[in-house]
Amino acid sequence: MPWIDACAADDIEEEDLIRWDHGGKTYVIVHGVDGNFYCTAGLCTHEEVHLEDGLVMDYEVECPKHNALFDYRTGVAKREPACVNLQTFEVKREAGRIQVMVP
Amino acid sequence: MNTQVSITHRDYSLTGPESKRAVTTGLAAAEWYHTDVPRKVMKDLMKRRDGPPMRDTALWVALHILFAAGGIYFWGSWIAVPFWLAYGVLYGSACDSRWHECGHGTAFRTRWMNDVVYHIASFQVVRNPVNWRWSHVRHHTDTIIVGRDPEIAWMHPIKLGAKALAYVGILDVWGGVKTLIRNAAGQLSEDEKSYIPETAWPRAIFWARVHVAIYAATLLATLALLAGGAGWAAAIPFLLIGGPRIYGCWHMIMTGLLQHGGLAEDVLDHRLNSRTLYLNPISRWIYWNMNYHVEHHMFPMVPYYALPKLHETIKHDLPAPNTSIWDAYREMFAAVMRQRQEPGYALVKDLPPTAKPYQPHLHASVPERDA
Ligand code: FES
Repeated sequence: MPWIDACAADDIEEEDLIRWDHGGKTYVIVHGVDGNFYCTAGLCTHEEVHLEDGLVMDYEVECPKHNALFDYRTGVAKREPACVNLQTFEVKREAGRIQVMVP
Repeated sequence: MNTQVSITHRDYSLTGPESKRAVTTGLAAAEWYHTDVPRKVMKDLMKRRDGPPMRDTALWVALHILFAAGGIYFWGSWIAVPFWLAYGVLYGSACDSRWHECGHGTAFRTRWMNDVVYHIASFQVVRNPVNWRWSHVRHHTDTIIVGRDPEIAWMHPIKLGAKALAYVGILDVWGGVKTLIRNAAGQLSEDEKSYIPETAWPRAIFWARVHVAIYAATLLATLALLAGGAGWAAAIPFLLIGGPRIYGCWHMIMTGLLQHGGLAEDVLDHRLNSRTLYLNPISRWIYWNMNYHVEHHMFPMVPYYALPKLHETIKHDLPAPNTSIWDAYREMFAAVMRQRQEPGYALVKDLPPTAKPYQPHLHASVPERDA
């Protein structure tokens, strides 16, 4: 799998996320509270609502529809109604750009 | 502007033909209308804090203790009555908003605090904390979609007698206790199984057993006091636990019935099926600002203490709020009385000129129903 250039690091405020679409799939890229960047699948595993309008708080992202929580570092579902983990993808930051390893 | 929206004699079960129809017509788990709010503003509105809910919860607990102590201290005198009435509302009405907000996980920033208050409030409101968490999830996915939403308060044809009785929660408590006993015996109904995932069934049974055990202990305490010759004072355990859900629920019913009453079913725009109204500060504290109901349904991530600000942010796109409980009841009852005569009627409120028009195309694929 190649690294794909996704966005500029400055495009995402700390403790926030953006939607990123690539290859017919949708993702979110999170700028975490630790300053690192993370990428997960874009759709909540509960009812497939997009997480782009969600809330990033500490190390979790909250789904805007029914408030399920996921750890954006690992994808682990931490609060119902989500029972299935989110897929996560490798991210690296290079020369102010965010690159993601996605299929 | 009053237009006709299809409402008639309906099957509100979650496993019947209406449920299948909602799925095939695209009303289930559909895309809903949202007012545009810039991300920066919304992020600010969604921010969680521990301060406001801790202050409100400390006050809520302190008032429970104060009013219960007054009721017991003045037992036998008329002075006790207002203490019990106030205790009843704190227990039997304020529980609903705490159950609701903490169920969403939006009240406190600290998660375990949400969970603790959620469990206490679920017990007070006589709801299985697992079942109702999931039923409320469905209420948000499919708000007032017939055959999908398990929390529709106004079912057609409307029985006004039952609605009036709701103010003294006897029927509701009876239903709630029966459900808890059934769940405690290890049984879930077909409706419950339709919205609670199988992995959560053991927890639903566990919590039902905990609740039933506390009610059984309360009953035993009452019997022990009676046997000990306490006379009327034997009612005190019941007045403290369980009873307030009957004699103190009126405020919860008064505000709760306004949330969707007289408005449309089977629409995908919360401005058509939910009501926002202005309330006095005491009622707002009891109700944790759920009078901003359109706002809450559009943006359930916004905590109760930020709802007034959210209202200010999006009110240009919403029907004008009712100005008081009285004003809202007058409007709702006129609509409800018309719905009793005229199946198919629902109140459609005027939008301000600054608002985006209603989006009937969102739910337009729904076929006309037989009257
Ligand atoms: S769709 Fe995300 S919690 Fe339900």
